[in-house]
Amino acid sequence: MRRFATDERCFSSDLGHSAHLVSSSGAAASSAMGSTQSPPLTFDSINPKVLKCEYAVRGEIVSHAQRLQQELQTKPGSYPFDEILYCNIGNPQSLGQQPVTFFREVLALCDHPSILDKSEAHALFSSDAIARARQILDLIPGRATGAYSHSQGIKGLRDAIAAGIAARDGFPANADDIFLTDGASPAVHMMMQLLIRSEKDGILCPIPQYPLYSASIALHGGSLVPYYLDEAAGWGLEISVVKKQLEDARSKGIAVRAIVVINPGNPTGQVLAEGNQREIVQFCKKEGLVLLADEVYQENIYVENKKFNSFKKIARSMGYGEKDLSLVSFQSVSKGYYGECGKRGGYMEITGFSADVREQIYKLASVNLCSNISGQILASLVMNTPKVGDESYESFTAEKNGILSSLARRAKALEDAFNSLEGVTCNKAEGAMYLFPRLHLPQKAIEAANAVNAAPDAFYARRLLDATGIVVVPGSGFGQVPGTWHFRCTILPQENKIPAIIARLKAFHESFLGEFRD
Amino acid sequence: MTPKPLDYESLNENVKKVAYAVRGELYFRASELQKEGKKIIFTDVGNPHALGQKPLSFPRQVVALCQAPFLLDDPNVGLLFPADAIARARHYLSMTSGGLGAYSDSRGIPGVRKEVADFIERRDGYPSDPELIFLTDGASKGVMQMLNTIIRDEKDGILVPVPQYPLYSAAISLCGGSLVPYYLEEEANWGLDFYNIHQSVAAAHSKGITVRAMVIINPGNPTGQCLSEANIRELLKFCFQENLVLLADEVYQQNIYQDERPFVSARKILFDMGPPISKEVQLVSFHTVSKGYWGECGQRGGYFEMTNLPSQTVDEIYKVASVSLSPNVPGQIFLGLMVNPPKAGDISYLKLVQESKAVLESLRRRAHIMTDGFNSCRNVVCNFTEGAMYSFPQIRLPLKAIEAARKAGKAPDVFYCLKLLEATGIATVPGSGFGQKEGVFHLRTTILPAEEDMPAIMTSFRKFNDEFMEQYEDYRGYSRM
Repeated sequence: MRRFATDERCFSSDLGHSAHLVSSSGAAASSAMGSTQSPPLTFDSINPKVLKCEYAVRGEIVSHAQRLQQELQTKPGSYPFDEILYCNIGNPQSLGQQPVTFFREVLALCDHPSILDKSEAHALFSSDAIARARQILDLIPGRATGAYSHSQGIKGLRDAIAAGIAARDGFPANADDIFLTDGASPAVHMMMQLLIRSEKDGILCPIPQYPLYSASIALHGGSLVPYYLDEAAGWGLEISVVKKQLEDARSKGIAVRAIVVINPGNPTGQVLAEGNQREIVQFCKKEGLVLLADEVYQENIYVENKKFNSFKKIARSMGYGEKDLSLVSFQSVSKGYYGECGKRGGYMEITGFSADVREQIYKLASVNLCSNISGQILASLVMNTPKVGDESYESFTAEKNGILSSLARRAKALEDAFNSLEGVTCNKAEGAMYLFPRLHLPQKAIEAANAVNAAPDAFYARRLLDATGIVVVPGSGFGQVPGTWHFRCTILPQENKIPAIIARLKAFHESFLGEFRD
Repeated sequence: MTPKPLDYESLNENVKKVAYAVRGELYFRASELQKEGKKIIFTDVGNPHALGQKPLSFPRQVVALCQAPFLLDDPNVGLLFPADAIARARHYLSMTSGGLGAYSDSRGIPGVRKEVADFIERRDGYPSDPELIFLTDGASKGVMQMLNTIIRDEKDGILVPVPQYPLYSAAISLCGGSLVPYYLEEEANWGLDFYNIHQSVAAAHSKGITVRAMVIINPGNPTGQCLSEANIRELLKFCFQENLVLLADEVYQQNIYQDERPFVSARKILFDMGPPISKEVQLVSFHTVSKGYWGECGQRGGYFEMTNLPSQTVDEIYKVASVSLSPNVPGQIFLGLMVNPPKAGDISYLKLVQESKAVLESLRRRAHIMTDGFNSCRNVVCNFTEGAMYSFPQIRLPLKAIEAARKAGKAPDVFYCLKLLEATGIATVPGSGFGQKEGVFHLRTTILPAEEDMPAIMTSFRKFNDEFMEQYEDYRGYSRM
């Protein structure tokens, strides 16, 4: 291991070599130094990469919505709606989705292990939750859930996750390949940090994409190389399109290092066909690209004819091993049917990297010491749910199926609603948590938007918010084919609210078209 | 087939430059030995619960109830949880928009930030604005974020104390900036040396470095010294004159083991000094639930408070925070509970006070046991641990040992620490991981092993040290004292 590496970067380590003291502040003790220079942390002097980074999911329209929400509280009745409906963010439990009982039982017991030894615990907790909590605590040195763990996460929990991955895919997984993180997002940042050396390094990203990717690439000073998904083909991924973008970027001197694939897609919701996935794997191997597989919606599939296949499974089933493909697979506890966003739990599974590269990834993880323990425990629960015969199995399964079938119904109801609107087309949400309808806006509306310096979809979204209290994210936040307009709306409001939402949407849309009809 | 993109050679250089010794070579070796069955005493990380310190009961009760809100309506809940924990759980749940499982505001739950602001006001006597307090997944994430905001390129320098907690050097490397060291004076109890600080800045300027910020760690890590009010005034004046942001790492503010210099925050002194300093000097202060007498490292709860930053800059920092959506909600609740604990009259108050006092008093005793223990060893000199959680003894290594180390391809203190580990199972972090003056060697250990284990640990260390010195001593001299 290297010693204190900043010796290379430090500029005054040779003490005593300068013959005289050059003190920049020597005589200036009483001068108003602060007023002759601007203070260090001003808008003009912060890291420009910070300025460049954008994240629309929590962007301007959301700030406006929050202001409206406050006004509603202080002056109820001041708007034609009595609540703000946040359909901008995949945050299920903020809209009333209930957490999975078994998971919360285990987490509560792990947070306060001393109740495990009390007989009263059995009156409050199911016996398999108690057993699982004990089993998990036995994996933690000293049963100390308040201690920093191994920087990749508690070994026993990684073993459990590896077992869960193997059971899911039918191919083995290794605990040493797993890095538990505070949600999937920090893992994405870690990989971007590793991959991006300068703006000459490019990362292929789907357009539309979840803007964590564009933000992270901007923060790390790299270049986003877009590949457009085909809206007319259900947001399908066409490998020839990807190849062209890759070659194009290379001809401009960009070293394309990796490709991001989000499956199921966000915001687009498509579930990749196996054939498509095989093409992608082959492409990565041939072109020497790292495959960054965002699979956080793997449990959110709403159509009978598609199922989730992890890229690892696809690669292994093609006979590709560690030497053939560098693959990073991301999973999270925030989505699925568990929707535990606030816990910040997730992991990346890295395969196909040399030992010295893995060492660097470990080193990066170690600077933050470890991810939160409760999130680690939750990740292990998500990958190892109650089994047939367990006391909680039936209630767990009922909760899970209840949530998933409700999501499927809501996806369909909203998809149909959007498609029923004049000038709106909406692809099916095969998976994930969003609909991404396309707005064919009348010219007058586009002009009105331009007049106020707003993108037409942002203009529409703002009007929608002001009229109905519904918050969506303009498509420009995700990227789209130039000249096309979309917005992303989650399928997460409670089922009993959906009819009213649809009614309000329809009324607003009609009135909007009425106002801007050509 | 083309070569793989993620070959070692083609990694981001900034990543390769990073060194974080706290989880480096010694930790690896210790883990290997542990797997082989050797008993290891991990004194390498400030990780109290890993060494047997028990969590405080009240916060665990509250968070457990927040995890499982269905318990709140269960008629049996009172059998296991006191009424004030139940009430507090309801209170925090009502602050969220969906319990622990929903992303909160990217800056943290407003109600918790208000609790933090109230705490700061009670502590310092000056009002604090919750809008300028951002909660983070541990203080480290906040430090990373601030440094990433400040550093534009390698011409931006950050003043960092040496020895330092290597998060700073690592983060500066990752952000592509330059670390400008200022050496603490070991002989003056790790005190500040403004002559040295001015020299460092001048040398940096002469190399075209713009020094943008200054880090202070108070109480110090690994050094433990507590800054006096006068010290902080001088530092603030310096930052004003040099136009620096002051980054005040105050995560150990609860860990004070002497009475001459109680903790005083940089913010309090800033406001005490009045204008222009109170209005002009930009300050970011960091705190955490990982240290103090809470020691809840695994929760990853922390915050930073910004003072005198323009609102546009605050907006940019907020924007970047939003990319990560939100800090973990249980960690936020731990933070709320830490800054707003049960009060006199509450059911759980006495127990919490008892538990807290027990930890702090024991830490104070252990600080003494360890310092005295090291000072009684041959060729070891150790400043008293005034605060924080560490002991940073200087080991005067004989030249023969230094030569043996070089032959083994190791830095001398790494060599010593590895031998210490192999002989005694005591895992420490070599001083080179924190920075030290040329030719002077240290190791960092923690004062966290259980009090009843301390005497045996110090005896074991002394025995090893005696044998080591016996083996390598000859009369050619020693490393500089």
